[in-house]
Amino acid sequence: MELSTSVLLTIALAPLLGCLLAGFLGRFLGRAGSHSVTILGVAISCALSFYVLYQLMLGGATTYNQNIYTWFQIGPLNASVGFLVDRLTAMMLVVVSFVSLLVHLYTVGYMHDDPGYERFFSYISLFTFSMFMLVMSNNFVQLFFGWEAVGLVSYLLIGFWYKKPSAIFANLKAFLVNRVGDFGFLLGIAAVLYFLHTLDYATAFDAAPGLVGKTLQITAGTHWDAATVICICLFIGAMGKSAQVPLHVWLPDSMEGPTPISALIHAATMVTAGIFMVARMSPLFELSQSALSFVLVIGATTALFTGMIGIVQNDIKRVIAYSTLSQLGYMTVALGVSAYSGAVYHLMTHAFFKALLFLGAGSVIIAMHHEQDMRYMGGLRKYMPITWITMWIGSLALCGVPFFSGFYSKDAIIEAVGLSHRWGAHYAYFCVMAGALVTGLYTFRQMYLTFHGEERFTVRENHGHGHHDDHDDHGHHQPGVLAHAPKESPWVVTVPLVLLAIPSLLIGFFTVGPMLFGDWFGKAIHVNEANNVLAELGQEFHGSLAMALKGFTQLPFLLVLAAFAINTYIYLFNPAMAGKIKSALKPLWTVLDRKYWVDDVYFAVFARGGVMLGRGFWKMGDTAVIDGAMVNGSVSMIHRIAATLRRLQSGYLYHYAFAMILGLILLLGGYWLMGSGFVGSTLVGQ
Amino acid sequence: MFNHLLSLLIWLPVAGAIPVLLAGSARPNTARWLALIVAVLTLAASLLLLVQYHPDAGGMQLSESYLWIASWGVHYSLAVDGISVALIVMTTFVGILVIVGAWEVIQDRPHQYMAAMLMLEGLLIGVFCATDALLFYALFEAILIPMFILIGIWGGPRRVYATLKFFIYTFFGSVFMLIALLYLYQKAGTFDMATLAALPLTMKEQTWIFFAFLIAFAIKVPMVPVHTWLPDAHVEAPTGGSVVLAAVMLKVGTYGMLRFILPITPDAGAHFAWLVIGLSLVAVVYIGYVALVQEDMKKLVAYSSVAHMGFVTLGIFIAFMLVREQGNTDMAQLGMQGAMVQMISHGFVSGAMFTCIGVLYDRLHSRQIKDYGGVINVMPWFGFFYVLFAMANSGLPGTSGFVGEFMVIMASFSANPWIALFAAFTLIIGAAYTLWLVKRVLWGDITNPHVADMKEINGRETFVLVAFAAAVLALGIWPQPLVHLMNTSVSQLVQQLAIHKI
Repeated sequence: MELSTSVLLTIALAPLLGCLLAGFLGRFLGRAGSHSVTILGVAISCALSFYVLYQLMLGGATTYNQNIYTWFQIGPLNASVGFLVDRLTAMMLVVVSFVSLLVHLYTVGYMHDDPGYERFFSYISLFTFSMFMLVMSNNFVQLFFGWEAVGLVSYLLIGFWYKKPSAIFANLKAFLVNRVGDFGFLLGIAAVLYFLHTLDYATAFDAAPGLVGKTLQITAGTHWDAATVICICLFIGAMGKSAQVPLHVWLPDSMEGPTPISALIHAATMVTAGIFMVARMSPLFELSQSALSFVLVIGATTALFTGMIGIVQNDIKRVIAYSTLSQLGYMTVALGVSAYSGAVYHLMTHAFFKALLFLGAGSVIIAMHHEQDMRYMGGLRKYMPITWITMWIGSLALCGVPFFSGFYSKDAIIEAVGLSHRWGAHYAYFCVMAGALVTGLYTFRQMYLTFHGEERFTVRENHGHGHHDDHDDHGHHQPGVLAHAPKESPWVVTVPLVLLAIPSLLIGFFTVGPMLFGDWFGKAIHVNEANNVLAELGQEFHGSLAMALKGFTQLPFLLVLAAFAINTYIYLFNPAMAGKIKSALKPLWTVLDRKYWVDDVYFAVFARGGVMLGRGFWKMGDTAVIDGAMVNGSVSMIHRIAATLRRLQSGYLYHYAFAMILGLILLLGGYWLMGSGFVGSTLVGQ
Repeated sequence: MFNHLLSLLIWLPVAGAIPVLLAGSARPNTARWLALIVAVLTLAASLLLLVQYHPDAGGMQLSESYLWIASWGVHYSLAVDGISVALIVMTTFVGILVIVGAWEVIQDRPHQYMAAMLMLEGLLIGVFCATDALLFYALFEAILIPMFILIGIWGGPRRVYATLKFFIYTFFGSVFMLIALLYLYQKAGTFDMATLAALPLTMKEQTWIFFAFLIAFAIKVPMVPVHTWLPDAHVEAPTGGSVVLAAVMLKVGTYGMLRFILPITPDAGAHFAWLVIGLSLVAVVYIGYVALVQEDMKKLVAYSSVAHMGFVTLGIFIAFMLVREQGNTDMAQLGMQGAMVQMISHGFVSGAMFTCIGVLYDRLHSRQIKDYGGVINVMPWFGFFYVLFAMANSGLPGTSGFVGEFMVIMASFSANPWIALFAAFTLIIGAAYTLWLVKRVLWGDITNPHVADMKEINGRETFVLVAFAAAVLALGIWPQPLVHLMNTSVSQLVQQLAIHKI
């Protein structure tokens, strides 16, 4: 049986329709109308995504791979828009549509008072459409379309509050850093076309084994392995989109956008597009050990070093942002050891618990009247119990505490790295192991600072109770002084939290067997026998219960436990300790607080340097050399002519006259020259 | 069957300019409506052309030929292939939009403005269908006159400097072309372009002729380092003049390359392909950086035009390299198609960008980026279009800006990965200069109190922007109809590249 094309088209187009309606007719539809059409669109997609997943798992449906229409056809080269839907795609569809639906719902509460309400719904629906196009693509062109389209929506949403200077700085930065990645990605696609003569996945993957032994001449005498070139170029794209070192700098700044999109785009879905892409390209990556080592080292570096920055952040969203970077690093590490299913599996569990954490943080931010600094929080658990409990579930999942979903995916990655013999695996093993400790350190610190300990804010109750606008003291508020006591968020906010908490808690336990160690992804993911660390790991797998029980005795859990103990001591029993540690480790703290100076260096070199270079080119090249030296004679001549004409003319007619005279001279001169046969003979001088 | 369609397309707007002119400044609305009617009829005629042209048959179609100057055997002969048809339709489409765009904006002698526009349109169409070299040359020169008038009368304060720089620059180039044509005439005894294409020429002859043509057309495109007239001309030109200049006139240069350099001097073209490719890459990278630091919006977009036209010349000459060095006609065709699609796309995108700047200028009377900021607060609908066209200018997939660049980069990689590397740099630098412009103009809070008084786009402006947007999106989402229209012609051009004349 085959999946129906109309179902797949509906999945993709329903959110697009919602986007167009809310975007163009938002004024007529009103707020409720706009959120209704977009939520309906995404709800339809979500239901159909589950249906597609069901069909592929139990309904006996086979992989769908068909072109919808021809984008262009030049000679034998065909570029089409088409869908490839197998279990990998279906899983992505379900994750994207489910998180997107909950984020749409959540937005009703979160953006309640925002003047750009309709526009926001339009954007997130456009994002959902773009993401569907990306994951459903059956070819490289459409992949690139989706890839850049999600980048566009990310740009629009980071800069959603366009009056904020920091927001419009961040969105430009995000787009440009992503473009650096896309630059590599596009060259990767060009390399695929050059070596495999196709832009279609299936054809390319079938031809991929033929890449072995082929090389690309870089300079005379230097030849690079074809598969390595392709894979590293494609991976540079993933480094941009999935924010891997050294292209990670845009993601923390993207927190300038509203929280719902931090959850949807910058945690659960868009940033994982790079991971998905590499998994999808597994038949190519399997051909290059060098490229996979590159992936491994980049991922490991990201996993550890960006996580460490999270420990010193005070903004609740930034902690989660650095945590996202670190977790994306874990997924990349998994790709690097050929544990593609592990990466995609962690992508899925992470999507649930990280969306939960972001939406939880958003709920806190609403309660705190848009205060994001954790130094002015504390003790919130009694005000907002649902947010508190669900965020603890998300946090424990993030830390990889056994039985929670994050445990199954993360632990599998750590063990897979341990089993791998690939170059860089030792370094990566150290990074992911140390990363477990780091994860614990920033996560528990965040939870304690936010929900536990003393309240570090005061409530100014004398503020007029007559009106209840939460945004009243926007911008001119004193830190730590609230107009009203914090309270639990409305149901549109808490229901998504609960619905995300359930899979964060349970999904690992029920799915780890088939998805990670079974052949659940089938042909969608290709791993060479020799590289298959997950299969090796699978031999020791005796059910999710046994895995979890064993997890309690393993090093990662002990490290998390240590982090828990340290944080508990510091933040619950000895709050002065935090300051002492900070001053004792001042140099290290400075390094982390300055984010290893990467942003500063980039800004100086690329932004300022680029502008300086441009000025240099303009003033030196265009103005001095070309106009000054080369056109110098003619320019001064023009001035002389102009001056003369200005004296001669008495109206605008001189323009006509001048043109006519020149034309006449030219024609006459031409005829005369031609008649004499003069031109040709002198020109070439036969 | 009516077989003077091409003549009709040329003479309808040219002759139509006369009643518009006669309407006089006393009856500006009559002049405007007349001009619009003529432009609409011309568009209708071009759509008829689209229907009558058979894309799969290839070759030059719908030909007309009359003896013009008997003693020199000059013919008034016209014919089109798929590339010409695409360019003609683009010209007539843009033709309507500049007339609608100028409606209330041009208050000073609107009848003359409209007439000049129509005349320019007719002459441009003529360039795209002339098959006699002297006719081509005459029209190639003639388009300077209405453009000269448009900038000279309705231009900005430094219009005299700009028009003269523009005129002398392009005129300087055409002299070389004329000399080359005369040499060819003296050898072949005709100006018929098909005959000239078949003319055997030695490498030495080809080299001289190649450079003569290259100088003429490179100035028109314009290519680095003969591009400096363009920013000045744009800055001083009225909005409509800028739109036609960027959208259509620049294409005359690359179109000339296709019609003269490719068939007449294929061996010299192949031999010096590296030079043109090198200059094209300089256009992408160097000009990209120069665009980044412009303080005048129009200059910025003008420089961006130079960079984007670099893809057209790159695509054409990468095809030389692919065919001659690798015999790779499939990829050569991709590169050539990319160049053609980029020509059409750039017409829409640059036209739209200049229209947007015109909309801003009409309100604030400044082109300085620093005078703006926070425009989105008062003009959200305008902001939508501005962002859309900026994205197209940055080559976002789904817009027309992506299609041509994508094809050219793909083809370049097959010729040499390094070429693709430099070409793909546009992804970064193109986005940087365009989106930094958007950031400074559109986003942010209002700092200049005059910005707060800016009015949202009116119905007329919306119509123009919607039309551009529709074209940009249609080509981006489904380029196949355009590709199909030009495909046979492009493949015939590529086959010609393989023919050695020596």
